[in-house]
Amino acid sequence: MQLENRKSFIKGLKDSVPIMLGYFAVSFTLGINASAHGLSWLEAGLMSFLNHTSAGQAAGIAMIANDDSYLSVALSQAVINLRYLLMSAALALKLKKDTSLGLRLSMSYVVSDEIFGISALQKAPLNGWYNIGSMAAASPGWVLGTILGAVMGNVLRPDITMALSVALYSMFIAVVFPPIRHNAFLAVVVSASMALSYAFSVIKALSGISYGIKVILITIALSAFFAIIRPIEEQDNEA
Amino acid sequence: MKHNVYVYIIIMALVTYLIRMLPLVVLRKELKSRFLRSFLYYVPFVSLSVMTFPQILYATGSPALGALAMALSIGLSLAGVGLDIVALCSCLAVYLASLL
Repeated sequence: MQLENRKSFIKGLKDSVPIMLGYFAVSFTLGINASAHGLSWLEAGLMSFLNHTSAGQAAGIAMIANDDSYLSVALSQAVINLRYLLMSAALALKLKKDTSLGLRLSMSYVVSDEIFGISALQKAPLNGWYNIGSMAAASPGWVLGTILGAVMGNVLRPDITMALSVALYSMFIAVVFPPIRHNAFLAVVVSASMALSYAFSVIKALSGISYGIKVILITIALSAFFAIIRPIEEQDNEA
Repeated sequence: MKHNVYVYIIIMALVTYLIRMLPLVVLRKELKSRFLRSFLYYVPFVSLSVMTFPQILYATGSPALGALAMALSIGLSLAGVGLDIVALCSCLAVYLASLL
């Protein structure tokens, strides 16, 4: 049992090395952004240490600089980060049933898009230590990147920063596309999601909707739609 | 600033933690509903796709470079190349293409 936990931890650690690098690049730009808005490196680093959410933190930084009310900051975080509720629910379903409360509380510390992405693709049942290993590798990249970005903003040449900016999206693609090889219907799911996301960004009436709300709306609507027209077989959950 | 930055940060952290923690602590039993299980199966594919496109086109400031990164990443992913190599090749391709 202990051995199995240690194996899961190490696998999570290994799988998250690319996430750590991607996080470093993204949080570096977030750190630059934070210092440009008047936050100290300590404040920016603490925010990254306690939140691990790119869109939420970017919104938070802007609202702090704007001296917005505590309540509106709380609400904005709830809306932008509501997608994590869906992700945690998906993980809870996949998690080993005898997982302790302590492990459940600990792995809740970082349910990010990327860590969710790799843990959702593990074979069920999921060992929570996989997530602990993932955050052990990914979190330092996120926090140190933020601090370095805030302290020395312009060390990286702009052309390097520009090239690094696609890393996170390429990782999303590398999580979403491989399962298509075994389940061709997922190609329909992915294409429809991207098409609808694009429509939201170009249709005038919809383009004012914030990023967080857009992700929630499309995720709920399309996941429900596909769940109705193509409910999964038992074995799909193992994918 | 009249509000305290650290209070802001703590509030953000608490809200975000609650959102992540509640389902993991509350959802203990096997979900009976086939609809809910199917729904949750599709959530990662839909949400990650929505977060990728069209944002990847705007990430570099040049939609052509973004499209290049996307096409290359999809090709490599379908060929079975690992996550880290996909991300690395994509960044490298964007860098080299930007020199042209």
